[in-house]
Amino acid sequence: MIVAEHLGKRFDDFWAVSDFHLRVAAGEVVAVLGPNGAGKTTTVRMLASLLRPTRGQALVAGFDTATQGLKVRRHVGVLTEQHGLYTRMPAYEYLEVFGKIYGLEGDLLARRIAHWMDYFGLWDFRTWRIGTYSKGMRQKLALARALLHEPPVLLLDEPTSAMDPESARLVREAIRGLRSQDRAILLCTHNLYEAEVLADRIAIMQAGRVVAVGTPQALKDRWLGPPVFAVMLDRPVARPLPAFPPAVEVVRAEGRTLEIRSPHWERDNAAVVAALVAAGYGVLQVAEVPRSLEQVYLKVMAHEQA
Amino acid sequence: MNRHEWKRWWEGTLLITRREVRDQLRDWRIVLPIVGLTLFFPLLMNATAKAMVNFVARYGADIVAERLFPFLMMVVGFFPASISLVVALESFAGERERRTMEPLLVAPLTDAQLYVGKLLAVLFLPLTVSYVGVGVYVLGLHLVTGWWPSAILLGMVFLLTTVQAVMMVSAAVVISTQATSVRAANLLASLVIVPVALLLQGESVMMFYQHYGVLWATAAAVLLVAVLTSRMGLAHFNRENLLGREVDILNIRWMWGVFWKAFRGEAAGVRAWYGEVWQDVKSLGWLMVVAFALMGGAVALGVWLAKDIPAQALSAPSPMEFRATLRSGTLGGLTVVGWRGSLFVWWHNIRAMLLAAVGAGFTFGVLGILIPLLPYGLIGGALAVFARSGLFSPWTAFAVMVLPHGVVEIPATALFVAATLRLGASLASPAPGESLGAFWLRAWARWWRIFLGVVVPLMAVAAVLEANLTPLIVSRYLLH
Repeated sequence: MIVAEHLGKRFDDFWAVSDFHLRVAAGEVVAVLGPNGAGKTTTVRMLASLLRPTRGQALVAGFDTATQGLKVRRHVGVLTEQHGLYTRMPAYEYLEVFGKIYGLEGDLLARRIAHWMDYFGLWDFRTWRIGTYSKGMRQKLALARALLHEPPVLLLDEPTSAMDPESARLVREAIRGLRSQDRAILLCTHNLYEAEVLADRIAIMQAGRVVAVGTPQALKDRWLGPPVFAVMLDRPVARPLPAFPPAVEVVRAEGRTLEIRSPHWERDNAAVVAALVAAGYGVLQVAEVPRSLEQVYLKVMAHEQA
Repeated sequence: MNRHEWKRWWEGTLLITRREVRDQLRDWRIVLPIVGLTLFFPLLMNATAKAMVNFVARYGADIVAERLFPFLMMVVGFFPASISLVVALESFAGERERRTMEPLLVAPLTDAQLYVGKLLAVLFLPLTVSYVGVGVYVLGLHLVTGWWPSAILLGMVFLLTTVQAVMMVSAAVVISTQATSVRAANLLASLVIVPVALLLQGESVMMFYQHYGVLWATAAAVLLVAVLTSRMGLAHFNRENLLGREVDILNIRWMWGVFWKAFRGEAAGVRAWYGEVWQDVKSLGWLMVVAFALMGGAVALGVWLAKDIPAQALSAPSPMEFRATLRSGTLGGLTVVGWRGSLFVWWHNIRAMLLAAVGAGFTFGVLGILIPLLPYGLIGGALAVFARSGLFSPWTAFAVMVLPHGVVEIPATALFVAATLRLGASLASPAPGESLGAFWLRAWARWWRIFLGVVVPLMAVAAVLEANLTPLIVSRYLLH
């Protein structure tokens, strides 16, 4: 659905995006993370056929962004970083105008407006002028605008910024729902939690290029090493420890908790448990120590800066 | 585009127009002046006209009142139309500043649809108010004084108002694409307001003199500039330009760098530079043909316009008078002969060309072409009068009075006109993917290369000939 091959965009002598290489399949959510100025917005603008790439090529919904701009824009829903709403307009009328621009008419248009306004809890406020809406309501309205024509590809730039937790949750649920409808979704965000809970894969951008990409787990494995597992025992750990497989590293042994790490954890964890049981320990629980995406992100950034 | 696509194109475009007009009508800051200018302003002008009529009638100067009515009609039409400039800046730069443009840019509409839709929206209310205002004024004045404008006059006022509004709005779009805020756009708007104010003053004078022919010509010229500005606005109103520029600071060093790089080119020395300039001159190609044709046209126009000048009005200077002039080297207190005369003639010509170039910058080259053509119109007129007066054969007069220095000056002027034509054309159709500032600086640098490198030296040679050789030949062949 989205195929970007070494996209680059130069403004005068400055490369805002130097190498963006990514594929997003139908039914997949890919989150793009990166600091301000990393080139996320420029990338979204290239994919939405608003900016012509200086180099590289991108196909969105099967159309070339450089030569088939109109078709690309007809098949993408874009939530821009700034919602860009007309504050003097009533919300319903606003969606009506944009629906017509996207070629919707009559009953179909009315149904779609009613559906999305109702979904985001805006129906009761449809006659209100947008200027009277709260920040969260505006963001939801902007999202409704992007979804009105039910596009197969969604480019969402900071979809939950300025939203209260309840509204943000609603938007996240909407994004999950859209993914299940086989849409390709590219999500640019600074919210690492959001990226982790929504995205199938994550791409980290720095200085105009993608420096890391993969599933959240793969990124953690690559940047933080193999997962750490905490083994809860029935009594405090005593030295010396039983013999574990050679690849197993003991990260911490304190009280009744033993933390271990192995690149072959799928195989070694069972051997560790067996060794502990053989040594007379009762194993109460084995659980992965949670590692956040934030740790990965900071590590990638530090690596890039170094 | 087939009929169906054409229909869809307009549907999309008019959606933008309707939305904007509706939005404008929701803004009391626009509605209030609209009501005022539609109803109160024309009635105020009616009262002014009536008071003026009564005043001048006491002194028997009825003609003043008679000329005042059409003038005030023009004013009543222009004021609301001028609001279109403010609305345009708000619509283009304002939308950009508030970031409301981006949802439109991601919509499946072409740049041209967005541009035309917005252009129509911006023009709709001010022009409607303008037309209604003129209607109210005319009706009110008719009821009070019985005066009724001719259909031609009314048509001219409507045309002038419309083309001026289109020109201002298109210029505002160009400005807005170069400004990231309404404040910056307002500051830049003086580039539109000052020329339009001068134009309006000129039109007012013509209106008082009842030189309607000049006003029609003005309307045609403004229409031409409006078309060129609209073309330029369309070229600049594109997603790449609108989203590519986030900062607008005046960077003199950068400006000079761009200009100098384009002016100097790749040349390492003067010789190589002249090689590049020569390529530039050769690239003018058919524009030189157009320039010669325009100059020929100016001569022909001069001949035609001179048909009403009575031949008896001419008197040739006596040979003694002319020789005295040659001896003293002065004419009307100015040194026109000899080396000082050469300098005077050269500077006079260069000054006129520089003035024309400044005008060219505002008018897409139109003024830059008209000013150098003026002397050729005069030459045509003079030759025609010579012919009718029987003083000299026009061919002899041309060969003796013009050709000795014209051999150099005519090609130099043609070169100037051709370079200015190219400058004007390039200002109206900038290169895609390049900022307006950079493009203009390069276009001007290219013009200056030809002007400084070729035109100025040629005009110096022509001036030396004009002040030293031509008078001798005139004295030798015409005064004996």
